[in-house]
Amino acid sequence: MKLYELNNDLNLSTHAAASFTRGELAKALRKGPYQTNLLMAGYDANTGPSLYFIDYLASLAKVDFGAQGYAANFVLSVFDREWTPDMTEQQALEVIKKCIHELHTRFLISQPVFVIKVVDENGTRTVTL
Amino acid sequence: MSRRYDQSTTTFSPEGRLHQVEYAIEAINNAGTCVGLQSSEGIVLAAEKRTVSKLLAPSKTSEKTYTVDDHISCLVAGLTADANILIHQARLASQRYMYNYQEIMPVEQAVKSVCNYKQAYTQFGGLRPFGVAFVFAGWDEHYGFQLYQSDPSGNYSGWKATVIGQNNQAGKSILKTDYVENSSIDINLKLSVKVLLKTLDSASPSPDRIELSVLRRGEDGKITHTMLSDPEVQFLIDEIQREIELERKQTEAASGDM
Repeated sequence: MKLYELNNDLNLSTHAAASFTRGELAKALRKGPYQTNLLMAGYDANTGPSLYFIDYLASLAKVDFGAQGYAANFVLSVFDREWTPDMTEQQALEVIKKCIHELHTRFLISQPVFVIKVVDENGTRTVTL
Repeated sequence: MSRRYDQSTTTFSPEGRLHQVEYAIEAINNAGTCVGLQSSEGIVLAAEKRTVSKLLAPSKTSEKTYTVDDHISCLVAGLTADANILIHQARLASQRYMYNYQEIMPVEQAVKSVCNYKQAYTQFGGLRPFGVAFVFAGWDEHYGFQLYQSDPSGNYSGWKATVIGQNNQAGKSILKTDYVENSSIDINLKLSVKVLLKTLDSASPSPDRIELSVLRRGEDGKITHTMLSDPEVQFLIDEIQREIELERKQTEAASGDM
């Protein structure tokens, strides 16, 4: 992505970055697959924030909310109930808090520490709940 | 003295010049004139066709105006056979970009890729350079409508209005005085015909010598590239000729009053 930026004096849009990444996964799929799932989040000045779900088989889907790994089994239902299209950042962080609580309560594996990132017009930053 | 250094494209002369590349650029100066004008809502492209004959079969393809992609078109000046190769490369690059990024290729990147391809022939392989210059016109969401010019050396530059090919100096001087930024497509259509009428090497302009087209963006965001029909071109030619006649009479009358 940085190479693109340097060569072309332009930022790749989130959609383009996600498509490119999915393409790379797809190319490697029948040679030496990348065994990795992704959630790609970006902010574009003209279209706002967007989230893309990419899995190790190179599926690509634009989603309002997503989860990878075992967490998905627990957390997607929380999102289904709580997510609204016009949520603020604070409201979203509240939902994240609920998800973490759900995992601490119901998930077999103890994961005490979560790193939380926010992506907006100013870039990426880490937040603590 | 420079004769010894101009046989191979990939050799510098003692003065640090690539003669073959310069000769290629010279070849363009005898080619049919091409004009590109950036307007407020699109780009006007105009070109003079060289081969005009009653015996020519009316073809679907044109010798001057080409589509690279839905959002990029170009005019060709120079060796048409060379141009076909480069346009194919440009089309491939545009589709490859769409395949990888699922978005239209930004215009400057398309131009750059053609130019990098041209440059390779000035540095390795021992093959001659392409004898083609282009006027590229396109739209993308980053910079809107853009106009670029490129030559056999692989250099390119962005323009608001440009002329390449025969009599381009005369054309450029007309543009320097008459071109107004952000004027409408209609005004620029007339201006492009005016430039072509001045640079045409024949005294009888007609629609079969002139290719006029407009690149514009519709309400729905779709880019369209439309060629003007013969009657539409004839209408513009007539208008411009009337205006030129009027100007001539006015300057005659003015100087007569001295």
